[in-house]
Amino acid sequence: MISISNITVAAGSFSLSQLSFQVERGEYAVLMGKTGVGKTTILESICGLRKVRAGRISIDNVEITNWPPADRNIGYVPQDLALFPNLSVRQNLEFAMKLRKQSSKLINERVKEFAKLLEIEHLLTRSTKGLSGGESQRVALGRALAFGPAVLLLDEPLSSLDATTRQSAQAMLRELSRRTEVTVLHVTHDPAEAEALADRRIRLAAESGKAVLEITIAGNSGQLTGNQNDDGV
Amino acid sequence: MASDFVTQPLRRNRFRQLNDLIFFLIAGGLSASFILLILLLLAADLLFTSRADFVAALLKPEIQAAVKLTLASCTVAAIMSVWVATPLGYLLSRYSFPGRRLIDTIVDIPFVLPPLVLGLSLLILFHQPFPFSQWFYPDSNWQLEKWLRDAVGFPVTYRWPAVVLAQFAVSCAFAVRTMRVTFDQIDPRAEEVARTLGCNRGQAFMLIAMPQAWRGVIAAGTIAWARALGEFGPILVFAGTTRFRTEVLSTTVFLELSVGQLDSAVAVSLLMVAMAIVVLVVLRWFGGGLSK
Repeated sequence: MISISNITVAAGSFSLSQLSFQVERGEYAVLMGKTGVGKTTILESICGLRKVRAGRISIDNVEITNWPPADRNIGYVPQDLALFPNLSVRQNLEFAMKLRKQSSKLINERVKEFAKLLEIEHLLTRSTKGLSGGESQRVALGRALAFGPAVLLLDEPLSSLDATTRQSAQAMLRELSRRTEVTVLHVTHDPAEAEALADRRIRLAAESGKAVLEITIAGNSGQLTGNQNDDGV
Repeated sequence: MASDFVTQPLRRNRFRQLNDLIFFLIAGGLSASFILLILLLLAADLLFTSRADFVAALLKPEIQAAVKLTLASCTVAAIMSVWVATPLGYLLSRYSFPGRRLIDTIVDIPFVLPPLVLGLSLLILFHQPFPFSQWFYPDSNWQLEKWLRDAVGFPVTYRWPAVVLAQFAVSCAFAVRTMRVTFDQIDPRAEEVARTLGCNRGQAFMLIAMPQAWRGVIAAGTIAWARALGEFGPILVFAGTTRFRTEVLSTTVFLELSVGQLDSAVAVSLLMVAMAIVVLVVLRWFGGGLSK
């Protein structure tokens, strides 16, 4: 479960103020909004790469607002993927588990399992250079998921894919979320993508400097502005 | 708007090609003058000396000692430079912290400082009461050199450590610049993702940034080595030019010239030219040359 309450983040020229929403455990939430409205900033705040000026961020009811990124147990797939170019595909998948000093037996099992799920078994020994857009995408997902995070953050994960690949990638994301029961927060500007994937849709709009949220859950909808002290459900 | 639009008749300008030719002649001519100068300088050295002179000069024991000291001191200075420049270049490239611009400027001081002044400054630092020591102990006459010589047993000035320190002071600045550019060209996102996957900042640096920076490390080491090789002024002032003790190749050229031994001076110069060319080849091989 991800719970954001009243956070204020400044990022360059704009800031988000007093933003609150919540994503239930195991839910697939899609955060929508126009380019530049601060979607990426929200993801970076949740995974700890950006400092939060005020407010609280909790994961599974543990407040992690000021924790270092390494302790948050979050799988993050940035828009540019940022695969590790100095490591092979297999080493990318193993990376987080090796840091956690997990047994090589477990690491091998996990890599095998996710490589199969993501259909990248044939790529494991390759370098990350020269992978296609879709392949890189799946490696980045594997790297973010293999160590068993509680939360998966996806920043425009399908934007670089062509229409056909996108269809199968959507199916795969649904399948991943069902199998791993990880809580997903997926950022996109594409309404069709949100429609296809989301249990919960959160639309972020900036109105006169304030973040305005519109949240849709399986038919129910409601609007709330960022400066309410509400959890957003 | 549409009614005013008239298609221009198709006409070939016969002078256009001629103008292009003139451009290439002028640009090429000016460029060639510089290339020619460098090549003529090398040719003059090569034609001045004979093979026999060259060999004779290199067989002199004092010059052989200078070659050995040069190779050793340049290598030590280059290793020290890379050792310091890698973390400094990384900090300057990745983090914005108070005083970063100031530090950036301080790093550039060795570039602009006249070499003799640098040497003199080193001398004063080692042989005058240590900076600020008199603020705390008004009658203190604590001197770095005296302490190093008497308490540590490691005298610096006019000995080989002075050569290395004088070389390090300049070559490190070049290494820092190179490492900074290297890290600027590496995408910091990968290190950020590594931190979300469980790395602390040190691990992100060692596991993700450094393995991508090895070409830059080699380039920085080579540039630092080349700068150390050419170092002259600070060595002259801070280490002196004692034969068999602090004489390096750049000071050999000076010593030989000053006693009228032009043959030896040119022979040693050619040896340094050869070393410099090796450095350039290594740099080209590992990362686009000096200008990268």
